[in-house]
Amino acid sequence: MNRISEAAPAVRLAAVQEKAREAISQHATLPKIEIGIATCGIAAGALETRSAFEQALSEFNIKAYIHPVGCIGHCYAEPLVKIHHPDSGFPPIFYHEVHPGKARMLVKQFLGGGDPCFEHIYGAAQTNDLIPSVSEFARFNREVRVVMENCGRINPEDLFEYIAAGGYKGLVSAMEMPPEEVIRKINESGLRGRGGAGFPAGIKWRMARDAPGTGKIVICNADEGDPGAYMDRTILESNPHQVLEGMAICAHAIGAQKGYIYVRAEYPLAVRIITRAISQAKESGLLGNTILGSALTFDIEVFQGSGAFVCGEETALIQSMEGYRGMPRCRPPYPVEKGFDDRPTVINNVKTLASAPAILMKGPEWYRSVGTEGSPGTAIFSVVGDVVHSGLVEIPMGITLRELIFDICGGIPKKKKFKAVQIGGPSGGCLPERFLDTPIDFDSLKQAGAMMGSGGMVVMDEDACIVDVARFFIDFTQNESCGKCTFCRIGTRHMLDILKRITEGKGKEEDLMLLQRLGEDIRDGSLCGLGKTAPNPVLTSLRYFKEEYDAHILEGRCPGLWCRHLIAYYIDLDKCARGCDVCVGCCPTDAVFTTSTRKKGIDQERCVKCGECMTACPPDYNAVKKVSPAHLAPVIPRPAGSPGEH
Amino acid sequence: MVYGLTPEEKEKLERFKTKLSTFEKNRKNLIPILQSAQQEIAYLPGQALELAAGHLDIPISEVYGVATFYNQFRFIPPGKYPIKICLGTACHIKSSDIILENFERKLGIKEGQTTEDRQFSVERVACVGCCALAPVALVGDALYGKMSPSKVEGIFTRIQVEKEMSLRVHSENESNQ
Repeated sequence: MNRISEAAPAVRLAAVQEKAREAISQHATLPKIEIGIATCGIAAGALETRSAFEQALSEFNIKAYIHPVGCIGHCYAEPLVKIHHPDSGFPPIFYHEVHPGKARMLVKQFLGGGDPCFEHIYGAAQTNDLIPSVSEFARFNREVRVVMENCGRINPEDLFEYIAAGGYKGLVSAMEMPPEEVIRKINESGLRGRGGAGFPAGIKWRMARDAPGTGKIVICNADEGDPGAYMDRTILESNPHQVLEGMAICAHAIGAQKGYIYVRAEYPLAVRIITRAISQAKESGLLGNTILGSALTFDIEVFQGSGAFVCGEETALIQSMEGYRGMPRCRPPYPVEKGFDDRPTVINNVKTLASAPAILMKGPEWYRSVGTEGSPGTAIFSVVGDVVHSGLVEIPMGITLRELIFDICGGIPKKKKFKAVQIGGPSGGCLPERFLDTPIDFDSLKQAGAMMGSGGMVVMDEDACIVDVARFFIDFTQNESCGKCTFCRIGTRHMLDILKRITEGKGKEEDLMLLQRLGEDIRDGSLCGLGKTAPNPVLTSLRYFKEEYDAHILEGRCPGLWCRHLIAYYIDLDKCARGCDVCVGCCPTDAVFTTSTRKKGIDQERCVKCGECMTACPPDYNAVKKVSPAHLAPVIPRPAGSPGEH
Repeated sequence: MVYGLTPEEKEKLERFKTKLSTFEKNRKNLIPILQSAQQEIAYLPGQALELAAGHLDIPISEVYGVATFYNQFRFIPPGKYPIKICLGTACHIKSSDIILENFERKLGIKEGQTTEDRQFSVERVACVGCCALAPVALVGDALYGKMSPSKVEGIFTRIQVEKEMSLRVHSENESNQ
């Protein structure tokens, strides 16, 4: 054996670090253009922006390094670009919504002429005397990043950038201690599973370590099913190595040699990036046989899930990996005793595993200092809906909903009033304004009737209809129910039918009692987490927003003016301008007609209530109105012989 | 509606057949096999399910049961322009169902179906992951954010214009030769 192979993992890592430094120093002197290219950035047009930059650079003959990075989580500002032009004397600057035209202009004026285009600046990346820094914005300075620290800062397809940012140091410190010590540290940190249920990760690892049997397995659960949450995908796309490092630490702790990442096939970019990351890690000796020259052997494979919400449940996930329908089974035996291939298996969420490296590196005390006593660490939410600064937010546990929604995410747009927030996706609950001061942690949210769940958070303003949101989520869970338990399979169907009836104005008074009873029965009569929590959106909204249900049933009125069977659009003839034809042109069903006075009217029979005329009507007139119940709309007869008459 | 295999699809099915032999005969490979079939043919025709069942030596009903359980698999060929409407939570509260309805009305098909000429198909997808742009529609790989019913019209006009332009370029090229 030669000397290098005897070297300790730390020495081996230092050699890789050296290589990383060298690779990165190659373009250190050039101006740098950083573009966020994860799924969300691409959706907003980041690839077009990148090619515009490339084109402009070659056209103006300017040398600069285009640095593709992952997602920083600020979806509202995509495509987000950071330009560092050291010679100009300006600090690195963020520009938001950089579309090709802006990209070209920035190359020409900033990189070419030294003018940073002040009117387009979002903020500087560092504190300085020239430009206000983004760290003055709550959306930046109130976040605490543990899991997403390097997301949006490094190129996810380049292992060296992760290494240069301190990557794989956590694994090395784990390898320098016995497995029991690693488990003790994770236990002490109080890390709880980020998949939603909040089971302590240290206990799970201990159980797997103690389980008899060989060929133990680590599975990273990236089967993100909530239709409004995408943090797992973002982490895999923006910093895959952190997840791999976390898995390797877990493998060392429990004594596993094989790992799988269960990621949705619907996330092609995440699949590509993580696959590439695995092969890079293997090349550098960070995965595979004799990791960093030690006795640790650990190999990771990607399994592409085919898309079923229930597969987020661990036993269902295993079923699906074994080639069956993803149906949960009874526990015990728990997967830590008898999991994939009947071997002891640890299944952890992406965020749980991605928290491990930092805990090992900075110590459990540091981790406990973030967050609350019962829920240490951070939580990642995808805050969407009626909120100004939507996107992914990582916050320390324990801050209140009000701080998150109003301070960090900028509150409700268009000066509308807050109505409700739905936390935890289809398994979570809908909370009204009086719960805004609830601290965000596993136990407080549970007490309020919601849950951390997937981390999806939907903010709703006064125009939203709570009944319809409940119907939306039941529609989803009904569709995703695997069909094993009768209550979940048939009960959710009945709940959906009742909710549909209510939103169509055909609800009966006794429906509310029935919903409540069905909900409780499904909760008690289902085996897995999906079924047990499926009625939550309905049960919480029945508890906190009963008046909305009553309005639908008793008055045929939708308070949010949302349910299409209960509203009508009409045109206020006093406000309508003669000769303006905007609403006629935009109506997809020719329902808007011209009256004898050349003002407009709406044919209620043809109207599909898409609201396009209301959007189109110039604000100066603001003549299109919406009412509920529908019969309140004044009837304006269509003149005989007018175009579009049937 | 029953869609027969086009000659092109028959060729793809043959390619899938050769690919199939690279998979070990293990039940664990069922989902990867189905994924590979769909990647090759763009959907799962009955013949592909039969081949998978034969290879793994399990009943075709079992294969069908698994394939229909998961959202990824489709059993109707997608159109030349596959239209996907995001019906995630954020899009829902920005009225994505109205956008879906507009596409359905315009094309005369329902969600999950393909037009008879196989030009367009409409399907719903869960979160595309750009909630700030809600409501969102995808046509092929092109993403359209902040959709509205009149934008639906615009998309069809655009496709029509692009089609005519490529025809014109094609005929110009031919006349030049």
